Amino acid sequence: MMRNIFGFAFASAVAFAALSVAAKPVNLPKSVNVKLPDGLEMFEGAGADAINNNCLVCHSRGMVLNQPVMAKAGWEAEVAKMRNVYKAPVNEADVPAIVDYLVRTKGTK
Amino acid sequence: MDMADRRILTRRHLMGSAGLAGLALASPAWAAKTVRLPLPGGPDERPLTSAFPQKGSMILQRTRPPLLETPFEVFDQGVFTPNDRFFVRWHWSMIPTEVDAASFRLAVRGHVERPLSLTLAEVMALPQVEMAAVNQCSGNSRGFFEPRVAGGEWGNGAMGNARWTGVRLKDVLDKAGVKAGAVQVRFNGLDNPVVADAPDFMKSLAVDHARDGEVMIAYAMNGKPLPLLNGFPLRLVVPGWYATYWMKMLNDIEVLDRPDENFWTKTAYTIPDTPGANMKPGQTGVSMVPINRMVPRSFITNLASGAQIKTGAPVAVRGIAFGGDTGVKQVDFSFDGGKSWETARLGKDEGKYSFRRWEAHFTPQSKGNYTLMARCTNSSGSAQPNEPNWNPAGFMRNNIEATPVVAA
Repeated sequence: MMRNIFGFAFASAVAFAALSVAAKPVNLPKSVNVKLPDGLEMFEGAGADAINNNCLVCHSRGMVLNQPVMAKAGWEAEVAKMRNVYKAPVNEADVPAIVDYLVRTKGTK
Repeated sequence: MDMADRRILTRRHLMGSAGLAGLALASPAWAAKTVRLPLPGGPDERPLTSAFPQKGSMILQRTRPPLLETPFEVFDQGVFTPNDRFFVRWHWSMIPTEVDAASFRLAVRGHVERPLSLTLAEVMALPQVEMAAVNQCSGNSRGFFEPRVAGGEWGNGAMGNARWTGVRLKDVLDKAGVKAGAVQVRFNGLDNPVVADAPDFMKSLAVDHARDGEVMIAYAMNGKPLPLLNGFPLRLVVPGWYATYWMKMLNDIEVLDRPDENFWTKTAYTIPDTPGANMKPGQTGVSMVPINRMVPRSFITNLASGAQIKTGAPVAVRGIAFGGDTGVKQVDFSFDGGKSWETARLGKDEGKYSFRRWEAHFTPQSKGNYTLMARCTNSSGSAQPNEPNWNPAGFMRNNIEATPVVAA
């Protein structure tokens, strides 16, 4: 075995079995109790009420804000997927306002 | 809490903070710094956050349910990704924040001779095994897809490598006694959808795969209990397969005598049944199959795009590679954008499912631009392709990466 300039070891080509019997005993894990950030920051700007009232139930706004821009049809499909596939409790009457907000803030120019 | 209660609670929270909404910044106050990934067309700026329990500085992709990406410089620090920097991905936000080790039970049920309800101590009493294995999100690098696709907009950091300690799934299944006629084994964790009738996140493996002696139930990662966000107290380890199968907070194993029809196994996480899971945008009539084995990848970790190097002096280039569903056979390095290649030197073999270090040298003879590339060929002879793939879910990217640098 030799060491290179980075200081990590280079071994000759020894094939290790992927799975081995572990030598070191592992203690029974202790219980955990943690706190997660609530992720309740709201969408901003005009016409954000519908998206704030419906979409934040399941996910924080970052999921939307980090998406690439999409055409209106793309955003309509996303909202439909959330409602139909993931059963998001989005009021049907709010869908146009949600899509409008998405197209205004994240639509293709 | 039922859906209506949760909705009211969430709305109340929202109303409570409404007065501050106008003051809210693009990044939450606890996000001190940002990184650029960079993703074509943007947005590519993400906060760095240390606000998540048992986690150090991570790239914040989504707060709830958490999507946390490993900052890329972590991969230069060694082949094992520290637990507190390991990427995090959850589908639903009802994640227990408290797990009691004494009352936790792992159920093994369905098409078995003896249904079981195992304590952690009973699981840990089975023969202990360990394995180094890469855990990579199906959608790692999705943000680089062009045209862009919707989803978690990851850079390259939705992957990590750990030494997993636990027991063979086969031993657990044998304890219950799988009955003849079993078809698949379905895995479920403690997390739940917010909405009662939404599809609970579950995944299945073929019974022969589940009993291959390599699939593990891990209770430790890099010698420590798993962080809660990485699946405390038990996580399935499916070496060589994408992370979607590595069920976190595993508490239910159901042996099925029929194919699993649940949404997450049958419908979600499917790829085109084509070489490299590749198709054309808008192409129709493509047959889809569940995502499965990983493919080879390699990365340069010590030089970032745009790095300055010195003309006439030897440059050491190093990185990591993994073979996907088998070991790394060879890594080749190019400094001229793929016109010529030389074989890189490989680091210690930690097992065929592990990251592996590689290293190469070159001397830029003249000033100007150089395009550095690495290409992994795995033990089955499969090599990274030149061109990126494309599919609508943004899965299985593994093309050769290019790192442009400037010799001055």
